[in-house]
Parts: sequence; C-alpha cells; structure tokens
Amino acid sequence: MLKTLLQGLRTPLTERRPPADPALAALAATLDQAARRKLGRSLAIREVDAGSCNGCELEIHALNNAFYDLERYGLRFVASPRHADVLMVTGPVTRNMREALERTWRATPDPKWVVAVGDCAADGHVFADSYAVVGGVAAVVPVDLVIRGCPPTPTQLLRGLLTLMEGNANPR
Amino acid sequence: MMIDAILAGSPRIEAHQPWSYAIVDAAVWEQAAGMLAAGDLTLLSLWGEAGRIRMALLRDGEPKVAVLSLDCPDNRYPSVGRLHAPALRLERAAHDLFGLEPAGSPDPRPWLDHGRWANDPALTYAFLPVKGESLHQIPVGPVHAGIIEPGHFRFTCDGETVVRLEQRLGYVHKGIDGLLADAAVPRALRVAGRTSGDSTVAYAYAFCRAVEAALGIAVPPRGAALRGVMAELERIANHLGDFGAVCNDASFSIMLAHCAVLREEVLRCAAACFGHRLMMDRIVVGGVAADLDDAQIARIRMLLGQLRTRLPPLVTLYDETASLQDRTVGSGIVRPELACRFGAGGYVGRASGRDFDARRDLAYAPYDTLRFDVPVRQEGDVNARVWIRLLEIEQSLSIVEQLLKTLPQGLVRESVEEASSEPGEGMAVVEAFRGDLLIWLRASAGRIERCHLRDASWFQWPLLEAAIEGNIVADFPICNKSFNCSYSGHDL
Repeated sequence: MLKTLLQGLRTPLTERRPPADPALAALAATLDQAARRKLGRSLAIREVDAGSCNGCELEIHALNNAFYDLERYGLRFVASPRHADVLMVTGPVTRNMREALERTWRATPDPKWVVAVGDCAADGHVFADSYAVVGGVAAVVPVDLVIRGCPPTPTQLLRGLLTLMEGNANPR
Repeated sequence: MMIDAILAGSPRIEAHQPWSYAIVDAAVWEQAAGMLAAGDLTLLSLWGEAGRIRMALLRDGEPKVAVLSLDCPDNRYPSVGRLHAPALRLERAAHDLFGLEPAGSPDPRPWLDHGRWANDPALTYAFLPVKGESLHQIPVGPVHAGIIEPGHFRFTCDGETVVRLEQRLGYVHKGIDGLLADAAVPRALRVAGRTSGDSTVAYAYAFCRAVEAALGIAVPPRGAALRGVMAELERIANHLGDFGAVCNDASFSIMLAHCAVLREEVLRCAAACFGHRLMMDRIVVGGVAADLDDAQIARIRMLLGQLRTRLPPLVTLYDETASLQDRTVGSGIVRPELACRFGAGGYVGRASGRDFDARRDLAYAPYDTLRFDVPVRQEGDVNARVWIRLLEIEQSLSIVEQLLKTLPQGLVRESVEEASSEPGEGMAVVEAFRGDLLIWLRASAGRIERCHLRDASWFQWPLLEAAIEGNIVADFPICNKSFNCSYSGHDL
C-alpha cells in the first residue's frame, strides 16, 4: 500500500519557477544590500496572522504543497521569530493583535525583512474603517515588501518571495 | 411544554422571514432559558443591538427556528448563561459590543474587548484561579508556532496531563458587526464573505439568503444549483486539508503531501470554473455572479472522477496504519451529552452523536431536492471527527454530481432592486464545512441596518476545552486540528 502511495508522488507535479514580477523587482532592488549579503539565498520565514480572515493563511499553506514546493528555493517556515529572517504578516492588524505583532518583530534578530501579505495587510482593505483595526502592517512595523491580493495566489506569493530574496529578475 | 405554547401570548413580528419572531417579556425570556437548560431546546445564537437582546432557538425534531426579542431599555436582561453555559461567551460578546448586561451571569469578564479599542490597557484579564498540588501552567499564544490564526491557550497541567484548558480569544476582532451597520448591501456582502476565509462561500451564501428572505427576492433554480456546487467544493477542499493536517500532527506527513495535492486540484478547478480559488464574492444577492459553460462543467466532472480514484487509497492507508490510529482513536473525546447541550454543529457534533445538518434539517435550495446521507458516529474522538469528514467528502461528491446532472437551464441571477424594497428582517442557516452558520439581519432601502453572524465555532471552542481534559499536552495539536475552529469567524 505504502509503495503505491509513494509511486503516486513520484510523478513530477512541481511546477517551473514563475517569472519575476517587474513591479516588485524595482521595489526589492532598493532593499538594504548589507542585509541581503548577510541573509544570503536562504530565508527562514515566520508567519504572523495579525487579524486576517484566514484566507491568506490557506494560500500561504499551499506554498508547501507539491506544486509550488517552496523549500526548493531555500525558503522555509520556522516556528519562532527568533529563528526568522523574514516576518510574513497578514491581516489589517487588529488593535487586539498590535502588541503581539510588535513583540514578535522585536523578537526577530536583525537584519530582518517584513513582508505584508494580502490587501488587508497592505492598507486594511474592507476592514480599514473599523474602530478595531490599525489598518495595515506599515502603521505598526516597517514593511519592506507588499504582496497584494485577496488573498494573493500561491504563484503571486512565490513571485514576491523570490524577488525579495534575489533583488531583481536576474539571480546573482 | 412546546415553545409555541410559551410564545402564544407574545406579539409576533410578521416582517421576519422565514421563521417566527416574537417580542417577549422577561418572564417568557427566562422560561425559554429554562427550557434550554432542561434540554428541550437548542440555542442557535444570542445577539444584541442597542437596547435589545435576541436569541434564536432550535426546536429539536422540527424544521423551524424561533426568534425571541427582549427589549431592555436599562441595558439589563436576565442572563441565559446563568442556566445554560453555551450562552456565556455570546453574552460576554454582546456586553462588549452593545453594553448589554446579563443580570446574574456567573462570568461577567469581557470577551472580545481586550481594552485596546479605546487604549485602555489597564483592563486586565483574570484567568480562572487554579488550586492544587504540583500543578503548573503553560501559556501558549496568541502567536502560535504554525501558520495558523492567533489565540491564547492557558494549560494547567499535572505532569504531562492537562487538567484544564482555558481559552482566551478575540485577538482577530475586526469589528465586523460595526462595519456591517448601515452598510450598502454589496459592501456588506464583501465584508461578510471575509468573516472566515475558509468558509467564504458559506458566509456569502448565508448572507445572501438572509437578504433574500428579508426583501422577498427569489433565486432562479440554476443560480441555486450553482450555489450548491460551490458550497460542496468548499466543503471538499477544507475536509481534504483537515484530513491531511490531522495526520500530519501525528507525524504522518505523507498524508498531508497527498491531501494537499488533492486540495490544490479542487482550488484550481474552482479558479477555472468560478474565477477565484476560494470562490470569494461569487455568490451574490439574487443568485451567483457568473454562469458555467459546458467546458467548465466537464472540468468539474473530471475533478470528481479524480477524487473518486485518488482518495480511497488514502482512506485505506489511514485505516490500516496502526501508528496513526494509535494517536487518533480515543484522543480528545467529546461526550454526546455535551455535544447535544452545546448544540455543536458539523463534524464536532456529528462525531458525538448529534444528528443535525442544516442542509437536511432546515432544508434550503438546492438541497431540498437532493438525496444525501448525514454520517453520524458516537465515539466523539479525533478518529470519529476524521471519519465524519471522509464520509462527508463522499456525500459532497455525490451532491455535486446530482447538481450537475440536473442543472436547470435559465438565468443564474435575478436582477435585484434592493433600494426599492420594503424594509424587513431575514435569517438564514447554512451548513458550512465546519457546521451550521447562522446569519440574521435587518435591511432597509438597500442598506443593512444590523447584521449578526454566528459561526459554528462559537459552540465548538468550549467543547475543545472539555475534550482535552485528561489528555497529554503533546496531543493538543492533533485534538485542536480535529476541531479546526475558526478564530476569525468567532472573533468577528
């Protein structure tokens, strides 16, 4: 039984790397080069849900499936901010999560990057006018890259993360 | 005594659809609370608005909901939670959001309000006191180790055994009730569809049905059928994800690898046929946003075929792997009487003998014309919750097949003049993948005046506290995953 199952996964499902996003590349090129040298071509990512509807989490999860296989690029999710190079933050940042986000950011060693994932993390999206949200990640911690979408597809997420890691369309 | 008898003397509101709605006095309110405590009724929800508290009750064995409304000009009402624990968190939320005080409540602590909305961090939260020798506490969260939503769990343990879990939620409270007040219907629909992203179809479905009930809008048969297709695809995708994730929490990661592939196939099919992987904003008032063509219908049929061949070997693998069964059988048991008292919906209730499914018991289109079974088990452990999901996937595949086979011709959406319609109140209960989702609203002149959304998680979270008692700390993740409650859907 186990043999048949392993057989099933031997059929290659993993897809080719998505083309770089020129709009993102310009943005990522402005990132601190010193940080880039230190972090290198392998990034440890800590995901923080700061009030998302959980739609973004579903698509971030999908990055780990056999089609996208995030780890082949040297990108992996870690369990603690203390192990992380990148904070991937979703949600409009609720007031109830603000302090937890700040503390997670402080617990992440320098150099570090923050990626705001989804339209809510970008500017609060449909929740922007609420008394209960701050309205975007940048209002709480410095943001290096925004990946928009409601939620962004795994391909959009992958393009964003690769651009972050490599700075431009031509990997060095 | 039947609920009709105690409501007999109370004035009825006719502009509430589709179920009866009575304005009651405190005596009748308390009588109903007593019936809840005695187990004669099931609490479907309890919610407030300025100067008024309401509750929705399910009469067991009857396809009806009764709504009670109590005016409380002094912002006080007799606590239901005093007699019937499932009401407690809803009462605490109604207090935080509308200042309504449940008189006599044994738990007056705030729930969604963490003292941060008005910058009042002085508001401290008192966890329940714990007394006893050699007990220690493990605080977890709000930021958890995985890619999951935030919440705080306070474990009190004796060695490795959990003697009490206390949850503290509300971290992802976005103020959805406030955003929906006085919102134009299309905007309110977008917000409602983002209450819990994994159930976006179910939320849009319930919201639209409630608006349609309030304003007297009919949905064309083809539109109703396509809603059913989307709702079942959402259920299949989530159940597949949960099945893989539960096994992964028992370190059986190959199951997650396979299930994640199948789940991805469902989402890709949804994107190809409905234009969005999670099918967000595809159900609209009056029907659905877009029709399917023949190629798209064939695409869904192909998906059903794929799942029918590729899932059964995984189910056999689950059933025949002793190391996996060792973790799931007998862990995290929810006793049937507790599931019944809390009116637990979805796989949590049905794995513990509560035979309720809104698609069958409060039937709505298109389910009222379909044939399907509602799987029920009695054991109430992680294994039973996994099996309910697996059996439900089978049922959902058959439902989608039936819907495509009998897909009516015609429009998929009725053109709607929301602005010109009479004001009204509407309620809908939809079976989301995690259980029954209730939405009540009052609409007028194309706007939502007030809307209340009650996720199935409200009555499942407290049962997780009960289920983990006596289990070891290391089994919490697998028990938690077998519930997979929504934080966002609960925190609103």
